[in-house]
Amino acid sequence: MNNTLKLKRGLDLRINGAASGCDVIRSEASGVAVTPDDFPGFVPKLEVREGDNVLVGQPLLHDKNDEDIKLCSPVSGTVSAVVRGDRRKIERVVVSPSPEQTDMILADVAPTDAQGIVALLKHSGLWAFMRQRPYDIVPKGDVIPRDIFVTAFDSAPLAPDMEAYAAGREGEIAAAVGALSKLTSGKVYICTRPDSKINVPAEAVHIAVEGPHPAGNAGVQAANIAPVNKGETIWTLDIITLCHIGQVMSCGSRDFSTVVAVTGPEVESPCLVETVECADIKSVIAGRIKNDGRHHRIISGNVLTGAKVGEDGYLRFPYRQVTVIAEGDDVDEFMGWASMSPSKMSVSRAFPFKWLRKMFSPDARLNGGRRAMIMSGEYDKVLPMDILPEYLIKAVGARDIDRMESLGIYEVAPEDFALCEYVDPSKTEIQKLIREGLDWLRKETE
Amino acid sequence: MLRKYLDRVKPHFEPGGKLHAFHSVFDGFETFLYTPRSTSASGVHVHDSLDSKRIMIIVVLALLPCLLFGMYNTGYQNFLGAGATEFPFWSLMAYGFLAILPRIVVTYAVGLGIEFIVAQWRKEEIQEGFLVTGILIPLICPIETPLWMLAVATAFSVIFVKEVFGGTGYNIFNVALVTRAFLFFAYPASMSGDKAFISANPICGIGGTVNLGADGISGATPLGQIATHTGGALEIKNIVGDPVSNWDAFIGLIPGSFGETSTLCILIGAALLLAAGIASWRIMVSVFAGGVIAGYIVNIFATATYPASFLSPWQQLIYGGFAFAAVFMATDPVTAARTGAGKYIYGLLVGIIAVIIRVYNNGYPEGAMLAVLLMNAFAPLIDYCVVQVNVNRRLNRVKAKME
Repeated sequence: MNNTLKLKRGLDLRINGAASGCDVIRSEASGVAVTPDDFPGFVPKLEVREGDNVLVGQPLLHDKNDEDIKLCSPVSGTVSAVVRGDRRKIERVVVSPSPEQTDMILADVAPTDAQGIVALLKHSGLWAFMRQRPYDIVPKGDVIPRDIFVTAFDSAPLAPDMEAYAAGREGEIAAAVGALSKLTSGKVYICTRPDSKINVPAEAVHIAVEGPHPAGNAGVQAANIAPVNKGETIWTLDIITLCHIGQVMSCGSRDFSTVVAVTGPEVESPCLVETVECADIKSVIAGRIKNDGRHHRIISGNVLTGAKVGEDGYLRFPYRQVTVIAEGDDVDEFMGWASMSPSKMSVSRAFPFKWLRKMFSPDARLNGGRRAMIMSGEYDKVLPMDILPEYLIKAVGARDIDRMESLGIYEVAPEDFALCEYVDPSKTEIQKLIREGLDWLRKETE
Repeated sequence: MLRKYLDRVKPHFEPGGKLHAFHSVFDGFETFLYTPRSTSASGVHVHDSLDSKRIMIIVVLALLPCLLFGMYNTGYQNFLGAGATEFPFWSLMAYGFLAILPRIVVTYAVGLGIEFIVAQWRKEEIQEGFLVTGILIPLICPIETPLWMLAVATAFSVIFVKEVFGGTGYNIFNVALVTRAFLFFAYPASMSGDKAFISANPICGIGGTVNLGADGISGATPLGQIATHTGGALEIKNIVGDPVSNWDAFIGLIPGSFGETSTLCILIGAALLLAAGIASWRIMVSVFAGGVIAGYIVNIFATATYPASFLSPWQQLIYGGFAFAAVFMATDPVTAARTGAGKYIYGLLVGIIAVIIRVYNNGYPEGAMLAVLLMNAFAPLIDYCVVQVNVNRRLNRVKAKME
């Protein structure tokens, strides 16, 4: 079964520093850290103490609300620090790797029933790599999803090709699809690009998706295939997590290695680095940033949804991209709003050299001040969902539950609004607003 | 140089500094001169280069042809009325410039003054909205509007139409249009008739004296003439009694509000707005479409009771403030409908109502302004209906599942 989904609205940002077609360089992490903030809905409780020795795949944290959901150590070594923030909130658990790496065996025999599969997923830490809608959180353990959506490509700016990892892993994909089909009352959808070489098992529904970013967001795909209604739950995940699930199901242990694309206009030569999940940023980018005297912003992830990490930071979920751009707080641009420079990145025709379609090296400046919502219809152009973003954003801002529900809050995640936030001439913090709104709504309705 | 100067004086405006009371003004100037260094704190790490400053400045640029032509036409009407036989370009421009300058200065001073005070009071950045409003107001008022009236009307609408609702982006009605409406209803004698639209006296030695009211000399606008027309064939005349061709009206060499007369210059502005993607083409096109449709229908049922119904649909578009309203007023994104489908409905109704008011209300020769204001009030209702379609689609999806 092969269907095509064509998405028209959206936007591919043209940013310098893609890492496609590079060789993979190996790099040893000198430290790893699990950051619970990457897993919304997961309330971290420690399973280890500082100084404990851990194995590869040993749980470091579990969810306060569902103790079976774990976050695991990607290396074996010693827990060197538990970093806490305000009100003793756990910010990250740091593990120093030991020279010898020992895997923890998660399962001796592959589970065949739904209960066993769920237990293994939760225990292996892979459960936390999935998201559920509504609320865009780590899936609740007691809800059976209506459908499961797997995206096999990342359409975000400078994102690495997930295809390279997934192609040729038919066995793992088939095992994972077999396992996941037992957990849902509906179907498992796998969305690829039309020219994908991934063999989608017959058990799953294969959908080829065309269109610009955010076509690769599993939630956007879901919204166009079978939107979430009130009272329904779907799960979303990417193909790499799917492969990992297949591994755990078939051989009982998990591969924590990951290939990270080091990208962005401030990277000397963009490349692919093979390391472990949660690795320290220093080991990934050391010597790869341009030495041009500018302030740099190091982002774990892409420029739209990634997390700002310092040079002392660690790779953040989903552990596959680092982008370095200029911070921009060190330049003075005289009357930038009047600039006719062709190096200004914009979707607007108010910048007349847009038609040159060149590549850009944007920095992190807001390029303006925060304003009320003035222009209309700007968000709709980059959100390929049956959602009226302006009205939903206003309803979320007003904390009006009925209005949020009727405008489709259950169908969205903050990442879907990333491009809206990018194009917004009023420079509103839309993703933050949506995240806070989702968290608030979850609290109110629980 | 400038940067160094700003950095040197900046501490005075920070909390504790002796000029802290003016920090909004300072911020306003600083962000105007230099793109702020503030970088994204959450969410996306890169932002589009478009900001509200650039949006507003493009609208101001789009208004420039109208402004320049307004100067020329003001001079031309004065020279023509005073009986001149030669029309030297630069003298006309100089006359028009001197005529409009005090009006622009007064509206900006009053409006920006209020904006600065409110921004300071609310501890916010100064917003750019008034940059456009401040140029729109002189353009849509008769040239002879007394300065004090302009000041009062501007202050009224900036305070009661914009600031009380929360400032730029929150107003329900178009600020410039409310200024015009305030003037019209508060001082009707000074805002219509045959004296308001002609600058009748020499300024700084340029121009002549127009003896309005003398035999054969009338400064009435074409629509004003039509509205007061009784019996006989309708012939629109210019200030000295010669007939006005459609071409004159299109170019704009007719009496009228300062910047509204030239459909040609308005179209140049429209082209810029559409090319830059700042104004909504949906609204613009549908306002004109609404005007043509309504103009066509009233023309079919033309009666002598309503002389404006004898105008052809195309004449409806080139006379009065119709084109200006379609391009610059109806497209104000804050007060117009915000949904895609809503924009078509909104625009269409603006066009239709403008012509209906113009034709069937003899007491009020121009309907475009009131039509836009009326639709400003209805825009949220239109949007509500469009949003409700989306809401119902979602509800029906659930219902379909249940069955």
